[in-house]
Amino acid sequence: MSALIEASDLSVRLDGRIVLEDVDFTIAAHEIVTVVGPNGSGKSTFLRALIGAQPLASGSVRRAPGLRLGYVPQKLPLDPSLPLSVARFLSLPRRVPAQAAAQALAEAGAAGLENRQLNDLSGGQLQRVLLARALLNEPQILLLDEPTQGLDQPGSAAFYRQIEALRDRTGCAVLMVSHELHVVMSASDRVICLNGHVCCEGHPEVVAQAEAYRALFGTGTQGALALYRHEHHHSHDHAHPHPHAHGDADKEHAHAG
Amino acid sequence: MLDDFLTRAVLAALGVALAAAPLGCLMAWRRMAFFGDATAHAAILGVALALALQGPVVLGALAVALVMGWAVAGLGGRGHGADLILAVASHSALALGLVAVSFVPTARLDLSSYLFGDILAVSVGDLAVIWGGVAVIGALVAWRWQALLLSTVSPDLARASGIDPGREGRILTVALALVVAVAIKVVGALLIGALLVVPVAAARPFARTPEAMLALGALVGCLAALGGLWGSWTLDTPAGPSIVVAAALVFALTRGASALRESMA
Repeated sequence: MSALIEASDLSVRLDGRIVLEDVDFTIAAHEIVTVVGPNGSGKSTFLRALIGAQPLASGSVRRAPGLRLGYVPQKLPLDPSLPLSVARFLSLPRRVPAQAAAQALAEAGAAGLENRQLNDLSGGQLQRVLLARALLNEPQILLLDEPTQGLDQPGSAAFYRQIEALRDRTGCAVLMVSHELHVVMSASDRVICLNGHVCCEGHPEVVAQAEAYRALFGTGTQGALALYRHEHHHSHDHAHPHPHAHGDADKEHAHAG
Repeated sequence: MLDDFLTRAVLAALGVALAAAPLGCLMAWRRMAFFGDATAHAAILGVALALALQGPVVLGALAVALVMGWAVAGLGGRGHGADLILAVASHSALALGLVAVSFVPTARLDLSSYLFGDILAVSVGDLAVIWGGVAVIGALVAWRWQALLLSTVSPDLARASGIDPGREGRILTVALALVVAVAIKVVGALLIGALLVVPVAAARPFARTPEAMLALGALVGCLAALGGLWGSWTLDTPAGPSIVVAAALVFALTRGASALRESMA
């Protein structure tokens, strides 16, 4: 299968400091790939480099010609002097009919927010609006930067199921950055463990056993992974609550944004 | 009709108010108010150069404003504290312009008309330049509006949509230099920054979309132009500063009204 995005020997320098070094990466249609790594490991920079927003120190990024990207950044800092309703934001840069906007919002789980101001939204609502905007572009690949920030644990799990369903329906590839290993890994085809360079890579269960991964995240998350492993094979129509025994896993990565 | 100097003054002020609104909005949203100041102050240097070379003042102002805009945009993008750099550039450009003017006797003579504007001396030719400039600025902004707006909201989202935010920034710089060049005769280099920012700031509390803020800002700018000229006529005050004072009064009114509305809600 041909790659949608391919990076080779990608290196990025920020303020003279090497943030990413010799990263090789490729993603094909229909794949869900998750990048995990500690804070400051260059995850967001990696996504920005792939969309062409981050100049490279060396190496190359090749995007398939005419590739439709759906990028969902972690935050959207807006100056308060800019009045921007959700509906207006969805019509950037391409104007979309109100009906299409409403449909995308519903699909992203943000139905009815059209007339709210972007600056008044909660973090979770903003993430969903950003996702809706990305979907309007009918993306061949979705790039999600910490998409579940500001969601609680069941919310995150629901979000990832939604992404998986979206992939199954549209066939788009998904590349996401996350620190919620125990939730995210079960939905991924491939996990890349990043810490300035690629520490290890592969099927989630293989990565969870890898020494490099354990060195970064400890071993406790493995139990949480096992807890959620069943989700990978289940159907999407269940509504029963998950067993909530992930307190231990939470303590291991006390992230500050 | 254009024989009357007051009519010409009104038309000139309205033209500048219209041209300033979209640029003022983009400056505010991009936190670039100082950028407008720096570009406008640099125009003084352009005026001095044009007079020394006996060329058209508008072209001198335009050329130096462009160079300044590009230089500052390049510096600001490198993360040395954009605000500080722009403040330094703005004040330095003004000082340099004033020093340069002192070497040119003809410019020295009517320095204050370039600093504060000389709207009652607007000629038919000046009007043609101003409204020609308004047309070009309007066309440029209308053509790039969606891309400019998305680049303002988020350069990364623009990139992901295949838009080069750097290119949009350069287009913005060109449009700003044009506004400065056409406005210098009307309000003068010192107050162009105010004419850019004050009317759209007055419009902000009542706008829910970018376009509404632009339209309301243009309206406030036009009202301020008319009110300022009227005040200048009846009270015998300088026209450019009177226009800015009128805009500031509208700003105070709308902010007061919105504070009142919020306290009642």
